Amino acid sequence: MPPAAASTPLVTLAGVAKHFANGTLALDRFDLTIRNGEFLSLLGPSGCGKSTALRLIAGLGEPTRGGIAWSGAKGGGRRRNGLDVGFVFQEPTLMPWASVFRNVMLPLELEGAAHAVATERAAQALERVGLTSFRDAYPRELSGGMKMRVSIARALVTDPPLLLMDEPFAALDEITRFKLNNDLLELWRAVGHTVIFVTHSVFESVYLSSRIVVMTPRPGRVFAELAIDAPYPRDESFRTSAEYAGYCRIASQALSSAMAGGGP
Amino acid sequence: MSGTDPLPAAAGGIAIEWPRIVLPIATLALGILAWDLVVRLKEIPPFILPGPGLVAATLANDWTLLWDSLLVTLATTLQGLALALAGGIGLAILFNQSRLIEHSLYPYAVILQVTPVVAVAPLLLIYLPQQAAVLACAWIVAFFPILANTTLGLNSVDRNLVDLFEIYGASRLKVLLRLKLPAALPYMLGGLKIAGGLSLIGAVVAEIAAGSAGAGSGLAYRIAESGYRLNIPRMFAALILLSITGIVIFFALSLLSWLLLRRWHESAIAADR
Repeated sequence: MPPAAASTPLVTLAGVAKHFANGTLALDRFDLTIRNGEFLSLLGPSGCGKSTALRLIAGLGEPTRGGIAWSGAKGGGRRRNGLDVGFVFQEPTLMPWASVFRNVMLPLELEGAAHAVATERAAQALERVGLTSFRDAYPRELSGGMKMRVSIARALVTDPPLLLMDEPFAALDEITRFKLNNDLLELWRAVGHTVIFVTHSVFESVYLSSRIVVMTPRPGRVFAELAIDAPYPRDESFRTSAEYAGYCRIASQALSSAMAGGGP
Repeated sequence: MSGTDPLPAAAGGIAIEWPRIVLPIATLALGILAWDLVVRLKEIPPFILPGPGLVAATLANDWTLLWDSLLVTLATTLQGLALALAGGIGLAILFNQSRLIEHSLYPYAVILQVTPVVAVAPLLLIYLPQQAAVLACAWIVAFFPILANTTLGLNSVDRNLVDLFEIYGASRLKVLLRLKLPAALPYMLGGLKIAGGLSLIGAVVAEIAAGSAGAGSGLAYRIAESGYRLNIPRMFAALILLSITGIVIFFALSLLSWLLLRRWHESAIAADR
């Protein structure tokens, strides 16, 4: 995927602003181009509008100003439907009354896919996250990490070109989180989709991303961009390398200045 | 990682807890014994307080009469409950889909609920045929808990799941059928459990009110009628049957709730430790 394919833009946000009814200006003059195949992290403190940006890209709400253009999408550069994105929330957000399999199948069912096709693709998605043997389990019977895997399988089941992840591992313990970081990278390399990953963890963003966008808080704006040129596959040896530590230092400093300079 | 985590026991079986079964039965036995002793030792005449033996004998002797009456009351109760279920859920869905309808009708649903049904029953009996009036009373008291609980349930859907359905372009109907109704199910069943008992109360109240007007054949009518005739043992026998009916309805609805929720809802799952 990187770096050759990472040149063509997939989504472009130009001068995007988002005003909420309560008066909060979550984003202002937010410009960002997401390139095909990249793993992009939005890094910033809580309340800096990262999630707002992600939700706008997903089509949840309209920007107050500015526009979001999809390259290659039909219908005048606008997103057509859920086939274009998969969304992973901070919580697993599974339907507690449905089995793991039914949860994963949901996006296909909502889009009216034929049952046979939906069943087959849901089974594939479950296999990708290693949960085939839990297809008939109910969400409450799973651990936090497993629920998150189901959530990821559900987001991938429609084979979307863009996967949006909103601090998906923030609530997990560190061991589980490291494991899921590795699994996510493997998935990304295998599937070849584009990922936008929202996080407030410098370490997580450096480990995962090919590019980090550091955001200022209130209103959210791009403060700095940081390419992480370390080659994939990345594994535990990268996590303990001097190169990794160096990137973390740079990202950390960028984040500190963003927070210091971002205020009114 | 998590693949090695042990699975918590899913549908925890109903553990048999002896004290919970034995103690109430022992209490009942003691109560009946005390009742019997008081009646015997103080030589209370049956038209003031019949002993348990006489009540049991009356229950057996008048069984045909009481059983037929029980069926009448039970039919009213279940019909009232079914109508309340349909009306409560239907109205809740309507409220959920349209704020306009909710704001227009909800206050009247509340008024219907807070006005004591005992006071409404005589009026209904004037305007409606007796059977319809009794049914209406059962419905009036039973539908509100279902409406209120279902409304709460429909509004308690996980916001993220709503967003997810929106991302995939789900229609209103699909959101209702696939998301809101399943999410509201535990609330509905909670309302239904309350409504079951209330429906019986509504039916009884209306029967008593109708009883004084002369016609009727339900259990509550038997109680009123026996009261006029000073047939106290039969009053007790009918009362016991009413209690048992209420208990059976409650347990049947609890069982229904457990069957529907046992795989996924916390309320239906036994604690593991």
